Amino acid sequence: MATIDLTACRMRDALRARNLSAVEAAGACLEAIDRLNPGIRAFLSTDAQGARRRAEEIDKRLDAGEDVGLLAGVPVAVKDNMCTDDGQPTSCASRILENWRAPYNAHVVERLLEEGAVIVGKTNMDEFAMGSSTENSGFEATRNPWDLDRVPGGSSGGSAAAVSARMVPMALGSDTGGSIRQPAALCGVVGLKPTYGRVSRYGLVAFASSLDQIGPFGRTVEDAALLLQATAGHDPRDSTSVPEADQPVPDYLAALDEPVAPLRIGVPKEFFGEGLDAEVEKIVRDALAVYAGLGAELVNIDLPHSTDYAIATYYIVATSEASSNLARYDGVHYGHRSSDHADMIDMYMRSREEGFGDEVKRRIMLGTYALSAGYYDAYYKKALQVRRLIRQDFDRAFEKVDCIMGPTSPTAAFRQGEKTDDPLTMYLSDVYTASCNLAAIAGVSIPCGFTEAGLPVGLQILSGVFTEERLLRIARMYERETDWPSRAPPVCGEAP
Amino acid sequence: MALSKDEVLKVGALSRIRLTDDEVERFAGQLSSILDYVDKLNELDTSGVEPLAHALPLHNVLREDEPRPGLDPQKAVGGAPESAGGFFRVPRVIDDGSSA
Amino acid sequence: MSGAEPIPTIGMEVHLHLATHTKMFCACAVEYDAPPNSRVCPVCLGMPGVLPVMNRKAVELAIRMALALNGTIPDFAKWDRKHYYYPDLPKNYQISEYDQPLGVGGYLDVPLDGETFRVGITRVHLEEDAGKLMHPEDGACSVVDLNRTGTPLLEVVSEPDIHSAEQARAYGETLRQLAVYLAVGDCNMQLGQMRFEPNISLQIGTDEKGRPRFTPISEIKNLNSFRSVERAVAFEIARHRQEYEDDPDGYTLERLGKSTRGWLDDREETFLQRSKEEANDYRYFPEPDLVPVVPDRKWVDTIRAGLPELPEHRRRRFIKEYGLPQYDAGVLTADREVADFYEEYVRSAANTDAKTAANWMMQDVMRILNERKVAIAEIRIGPGDVAEVSDMVVTGTINRSTGSDVFAKMLESGKSAAEIVEEENLAQTSDESELKAVVDRVIAENPGPAEDFRGGKERALGRLIGQAMRATGGKANPKVVREILVRKLRG
Ligand SMILES: [Mg+2]
Ligand SMILES: [Zn+2]
Repeated sequence: MATIDLTACRMRDALRARNLSAVEAAGACLEAIDRLNPGIRAFLSTDAQGARRRAEEIDKRLDAGEDVGLLAGVPVAVKDNMCTDDGQPTSCASRILENWRAPYNAHVVERLLEEGAVIVGKTNMDEFAMGSSTENSGFEATRNPWDLDRVPGGSSGGSAAAVSARMVPMALGSDTGGSIRQPAALCGVVGLKPTYGRVSRYGLVAFASSLDQIGPFGRTVEDAALLLQATAGHDPRDSTSVPEADQPVPDYLAALDEPVAPLRIGVPKEFFGEGLDAEVEKIVRDALAVYAGLGAELVNIDLPHSTDYAIATYYIVATSEASSNLARYDGVHYGHRSSDHADMIDMYMRSREEGFGDEVKRRIMLGTYALSAGYYDAYYKKALQVRRLIRQDFDRAFEKVDCIMGPTSPTAAFRQGEKTDDPLTMYLSDVYTASCNLAAIAGVSIPCGFTEAGLPVGLQILSGVFTEERLLRIARMYERETDWPSRAPPVCGEAP
Repeated sequence: MALSKDEVLKVGALSRIRLTDDEVERFAGQLSSILDYVDKLNELDTSGVEPLAHALPLHNVLREDEPRPGLDPQKAVGGAPESAGGFFRVPRVIDDGSSA
Repeated sequence: MSGAEPIPTIGMEVHLHLATHTKMFCACAVEYDAPPNSRVCPVCLGMPGVLPVMNRKAVELAIRMALALNGTIPDFAKWDRKHYYYPDLPKNYQISEYDQPLGVGGYLDVPLDGETFRVGITRVHLEEDAGKLMHPEDGACSVVDLNRTGTPLLEVVSEPDIHSAEQARAYGETLRQLAVYLAVGDCNMQLGQMRFEPNISLQIGTDEKGRPRFTPISEIKNLNSFRSVERAVAFEIARHRQEYEDDPDGYTLERLGKSTRGWLDDREETFLQRSKEEANDYRYFPEPDLVPVVPDRKWVDTIRAGLPELPEHRRRRFIKEYGLPQYDAGVLTADREVADFYEEYVRSAANTDAKTAANWMMQDVMRILNERKVAIAEIRIGPGDVAEVSDMVVTGTINRSTGSDVFAKMLESGKSAAEIVEEENLAQTSDESELKAVVDRVIAENPGPAEDFRGGKERALGRLIGQAMRATGGKANPKVVREILVRKLRG
């Protein structure tokens, strides 16, 4: 088996057994990136030199018998909205931060380094994580490895595509309204959004602070569990990071193969309504049947506020917070400044005009409008009220069921350019994922089959706050019954 | 809820984003249709529903008052588009409208 | 219904820096006079990806101040973002408490000219300060230093209970005294640690329905001395009167609302900054990166228990308990450490009474503090040392003026009063026979004053006593000298 075909966990085993060196692992990934990235464009930047140097150091430590951490020598990619002080850009795929170098590491980056990971590069995304196709990148669109004419989903499309095309065994993404789960579904990999507060946001460039959460991509549930293990936990620099005493980080890998039994699965009719592609529906229902075959009980439930209302709520809450979080990009202290300006205010207006792409501008304006005098109650406050109703729907559901299942995305990967002219249609790509962020619960997307056209379909599993350990076990129950993770996109087969 | 071009310009000014005539036109249409969609929320009776701003039950997350070294001044202004003598430099500001 | 005498109606917003070591939301040291941008970190620079974490001390100081202002501490306080674009505000929003502040209600009793007036407190809230924007005289640029950015600021908002420029000044001074007393802030005015924003309106009688009518409200921004508060308020009161007289129907709150004005210190006048139409749209919303403050009973009680006796209460107690005049009580309680020193002094003195001790404090101890511009904690003698020297005067061991000299020498040398009196042989002479000889010589050498006194001029006696004191090098007991003189000249 080629090195790049190993999952993260098997690569880790081989590294520990010294059957594989960190330098070989990093080299294999960098080679795959060289070969595949020009077509897929999953990476905005790679650091071959830095990665090799670091791999050498880890090999030395492993050879000396040191405990180098959970991820010792495993290559990993990081979405470009997480700060790294290694001299690589942290651009959020935005022109406004094109030349910015972060002077500090994000908490998750510190954790990766502490656990011995080798960061090989930073992945493409929709600008400031605003989008569902990675077409809103200020630099270039990422392609879906299963069909280069299609989108990888977004906003963490670069991370999803990188893992899917086996350029890295695992990667970090961020999920504000579906930005990990939806690209995971469209690229045929596992993507998990942890409970809000599980992973520190320190160093994650904010899009919508009350919704953003960092999570792992892997080809298998086990790999996602491994990367979550390495990054979860309290960080005093994030006031919304949950203290260890309240929610200790469990061992996600210890009982991963133990099925959850009895298992009651909530199936909300709202997740199977209008707009759901028939082929996707069938594939997802087949997956549910697999669970039923494993002895799970399928329970019909209602989540009356969790689709259309969730999208409406999401686009007010997220854009309001974004309009505030992105106010700092003004050309004064860092980032792009227009070279042509009449005065201070003109400098602000031109720098932001030149630095931001259309979708970012749209969302800043929508959020500014929702918060402005006279509209706050009608939009922002109203949205927060509906947000509570959404949370209540889930609280009620989780009294009856252990988890909720449905499609991650209403369709498989769509074509490049198909939805770029109609923002609202694009927003509806998140129709099944946004409520999870609004309710601050955990969710995962796992591969559950392929369309006739050979495009992956994702099964979304949602569960209550801080139940990731059980959620991963539930996901693993299905994964064991299938061989989806062993399928590689055709593009990978072109290896020399 | 249709947004007029004037309103788009006003929101653009409040957002400190310069807009071309073309953009004003396009954004007016797009933002209006998004707001139309959002108007769905008015189908819901939310009287008496407490807004949910914080989904976490955390409070009193406090840090002790102990100083720690910050950034080297060179690094602090190093990423700025314009700096001089350790200061950030900006176009001349006339009105002192700071209102902390 | 104009014609009634207008009543100035003034509320005040006061911002003061809290006495913390670090900033409100990051661990940078609060030292804004350090070299530019040398006390900054990614958090206070507002860099991408950073998050704020609350400073416990700042929250506790805010609660302390709110309690001292007789306010209520709500069960729940939260943070909000206030948006405006300005280069000294790196995030282009300020984290503040908008609708659920840490302190609600209360009042401050303000002494002025021997009486007190009460000013209602609307709210006390915490926020972060902005940086400094400067305009170098050369060139077309402004420059920004962010050392001050994120310094914890306490804002105290008063009710419109202030009715004159003098009252506005006295309110500011009393609030400063309270903050310093509580160690809530250093309130160094030169360093800009305290800033005042009075808003002024005149009540001009009532309308036909009997409701009060007001001139438009003008808020004066960023005053940083008591003098400028008083002058600016006086200027505005006069300006409002004039504007109203010129246009009684037009110059009303209803029509013109609120405007913001600046103060030109050199020209002693205000100028319009922002009228109502241009008012900012701050787009407040709950700060999602911070969690609420829930001051539970135990926490608040602990802070309450740590409150010192407040200056106004202490002033009244000094009058009652020590029998001090208003003036003395005011002077001795103005500074908490001076008041503590005084009370310890009275406790440790064996023979000096409270009023005499007050005189020693004001004439000797505080004079030295003023001359040297030092705090009472910085001088090398304690309350017991002052008690020792004043007791020696009261019991007649030394006279009063020698006492002052001894006190000065104690400060220099750090020696005790007894040591100095012994070494320098300063103990006063009360020996009758020795002093009689001195008095005889003085009478012989000063026939004029002696004759004057015999002729009924009491004041001449003072000169004779003075001569006798000089003849003995200050050691004579003036009481005994006086007795002998009177006996000899009248006898
Ligand atoms: Mg304020
Ligand atoms: Zn700082």
